[in-house]
Amino acid sequence: MTDTAPADLTPTATRHQAPEGAAAQTHTFRLDNGLDVVVIPDRRVPVVTHMVWYRNGSADDPAGKSGIAHFLEHLMFKGTAKHPAGEFSKVVSALGGQENAFTSYDYTAYFQRVAKEHLGTMMEFEADRMTGLVLSDDVVNPERDVVLEERRMRVETDPSAQLGEAMEAALYVHHPYGTPIIGWMHEIEGLNRADALAYYERFYTPENAILVVAGDVEAEEVRALADKTYGKVKPRGARPERQRTREPEPRALRKVTVADPKVEQPYVQRAYLVPSARTQTGSEAYALDVLAEILGGGATSVLYRELVMKRDIAVSAGAYYLSGMLDDSRFLVYAVPKPDISLDALDEALDGVIADFVARGVEPAELASAKTRLIAEMVYAADNQAHLARIYGAALAVGETVEEVDAWPARIEAVTAEEVVEAARRFLVARRAVIGHLAHAD
Amino acid sequence: MTTSAVTKTAEQPSRATHRVQRVVSPGGIEAWLVEEHAVPLVALEFAFLGGTAQDGAGKGGTATMLAGLLDEGAGPYDSAAFQQMLADRAIELRFYADRDTLRGSLKSLRRNADEAFDLLRLAVCEPRFDADAIARVRAQVEAGLRHVLKDPDAVSQEQFFRHAFPGHPYGRPPQGTLAEVPAITREDIAGMRSATVARSNLFVTAVGAIDAETLAARLDEIFGALPATAEVAPPADIVPATATAPVVVDIDVPQSVIRFGGPGVARRDADYLPAYVLNHILGGGAFTSRLFQEVREKRGLAYGVHTALLPLRNSTLFTGSTATKNERAAESLSVIRAEIADLLAKGPGEDELEKARQFLIGSYALHFDTSTKIARQLLQIAIDGLGIDYIDRRNDLVAAVTMADVRRAAERLFAGGEMLVVAVGRPEGL
Repeated sequence: MTDTAPADLTPTATRHQAPEGAAAQTHTFRLDNGLDVVVIPDRRVPVVTHMVWYRNGSADDPAGKSGIAHFLEHLMFKGTAKHPAGEFSKVVSALGGQENAFTSYDYTAYFQRVAKEHLGTMMEFEADRMTGLVLSDDVVNPERDVVLEERRMRVETDPSAQLGEAMEAALYVHHPYGTPIIGWMHEIEGLNRADALAYYERFYTPENAILVVAGDVEAEEVRALADKTYGKVKPRGARPERQRTREPEPRALRKVTVADPKVEQPYVQRAYLVPSARTQTGSEAYALDVLAEILGGGATSVLYRELVMKRDIAVSAGAYYLSGMLDDSRFLVYAVPKPDISLDALDEALDGVIADFVARGVEPAELASAKTRLIAEMVYAADNQAHLARIYGAALAVGETVEEVDAWPARIEAVTAEEVVEAARRFLVARRAVIGHLAHAD
Repeated sequence: MTTSAVTKTAEQPSRATHRVQRVVSPGGIEAWLVEEHAVPLVALEFAFLGGTAQDGAGKGGTATMLAGLLDEGAGPYDSAAFQQMLADRAIELRFYADRDTLRGSLKSLRRNADEAFDLLRLAVCEPRFDADAIARVRAQVEAGLRHVLKDPDAVSQEQFFRHAFPGHPYGRPPQGTLAEVPAITREDIAGMRSATVARSNLFVTAVGAIDAETLAARLDEIFGALPATAEVAPPADIVPATATAPVVVDIDVPQSVIRFGGPGVARRDADYLPAYVLNHILGGGAFTSRLFQEVREKRGLAYGVHTALLPLRNSTLFTGSTATKNERAAESLSVIRAEIADLLAKGPGEDELEKARQFLIGSYALHFDTSTKIARQLLQIAIDGLGIDYIDRRNDLVAAVTMADVRRAAERLFAGGEMLVVAVGRPEGL
């Protein structure tokens, strides 16, 4: 099998996944200043993954300032009163460490991966830049150019990414998930030092942060180091509030098209507005996890079997679901047509496959197979400390608990065939959908 | 901050790497194993020397299609049945082809390992190449080619290799072209399999919950029925071409991808590690590299700028790339050229060299923190012929790289003064 899923369909946000209980013994505690800590021991290699997550992402950008969360993430590498610009990176590099940061809709995170004896040094630097950032126009202005180049690279030169943006903007008619994480070009151009500092002072506080350490460490050792570093950061008294609008109940099927001369391989994609693990009222998110796997997880999925293997009208097809969001999330379906098949015909076929699936129900064997794969992912995740750190960090940053993460395999195991069909029947409907076409234009 | 520590003599990057075992099956198949039971999985990585450089004239894409077809039906199972057996057991089996190898990667829960090995046996020993599977994979390869046909980064890579290796198999797009892929026949694919998938050119590594005795037995079961000897003729040795004038490819986008480079240093050349240290200083990926500082941090010219050594088996390549808005493309390229010229003329500073060695030594352990990463590192070491103890020796070799070594490497990489430059977009001033 050759994977031809468009790379741009890869979700930005990390999927909610949990490890097999036996494989990861996590420890959690809270410092006196309100900072949450998760420790995930992995004794196989003498390295640690050190991450700090802030409970703010692009969906918390003030109106008219889209991209500020991401811009600030870049500016966090520009030095503090105590450690001038570049010093942190030089230290990480001299210690043989790796570092980076990323911004998503609901969180922003910073990480270093180093030999375990350097953990304390990383914590000292990371705690320092929680409140000590110093910004001048000399560093802010070139960095804004860097972000503009990043947007040109990721979006302005890539019609697939433009379709993704257009679909999100159409799906979320009121909620800030409709605005790109990196921000709109014209608003990034207007971001300045004062915007960055105002945002920083609002959100970069101990109460708003989560420290995740995975690797060759003991929880008590992390606690002692955290008390000496992060523990010294003054609390603000309360966690900053996220002011999120709620998406209204959708009524209209929306269709968007990006047509561009650079598109030589068209495809269709659709996004359905669905609950997240946080906004579900029952166990819909777990049913949607299983539904995505049955409907669109690989070469044995319903979509692939029907559209690629049986009807021979697509070269690939699949689906995925992003459960780990603070607010209502999306379920995505895509199909890449064979050359003589129109996008409209493929849309019609997709509708047919979903309708047939709802009508026929779920076979016990395909339910069991999907659960096996989903739960196996947890064992595979336990092999990767950096991946584990991201799973726990992302979950806590959207308000889930460690217990919920650890219970995920059991919750998946408990999903019934009826719940899967009900999730499809209820959520994969036209009124909740945006259909996207990536098309060639002459 | 205490950054003044001198380069330490190498520590073990990983406890696991103390325990690399050479396993030889009763039938004579060798594998390197790290037995590790902390997580109940088994990861197997393997490669056959061969790859896309073996594609016949006008048949570019054959190795890619072969890789795509090995898990599309084998032995008694058609594609759907084979995929179902993998999926029901959460077995991850992938094949792919690069210029010099046909590779595979297998990951399974411990409890399903025997079935995983048996499916792998079928895939490599008895692939069916059914007509419907060939048609499907061909359509997927073609769709992949169309998807990146006007993608600036993909076009820059294709053009760079075309101009660096004119008329040579390395110069052809590894996945073939839309003119070639339709012409590939079942005979081409089956022929490449019988020539490539054999025991004489096979390398295998395994990491995870399996002991040496079990692995030895499984190696014969999986690979024992393959032909003893491959019939692969390596491509001719070639030195990549450089040029005085940049190659510009017009695509209507606001930003240009700029790719540059020339001859590198072979993996087993004594100057490889000095060149590797030099590359780290110039543009090796850390936020501290010269190009990152000059192109991104100081001038805001680009989001990313990286350089790398790509040691092909029959050539060498040093290459880098960045992406800058069209109006500033010439400025970016001149900043890059100036840093290269400075490293050639003056070499790095003593402190810069020391920091680079420290980074490369300290970060080596980070390449060994998952089973698949360990297996892939070991596989590449095996393919490159560096020896089963290389992981234990490697940090000492980096620590021993001197200023004279790095200056010599700079002479070899940059001394011609000429680079091949490919720019895709609407670059101004090139």
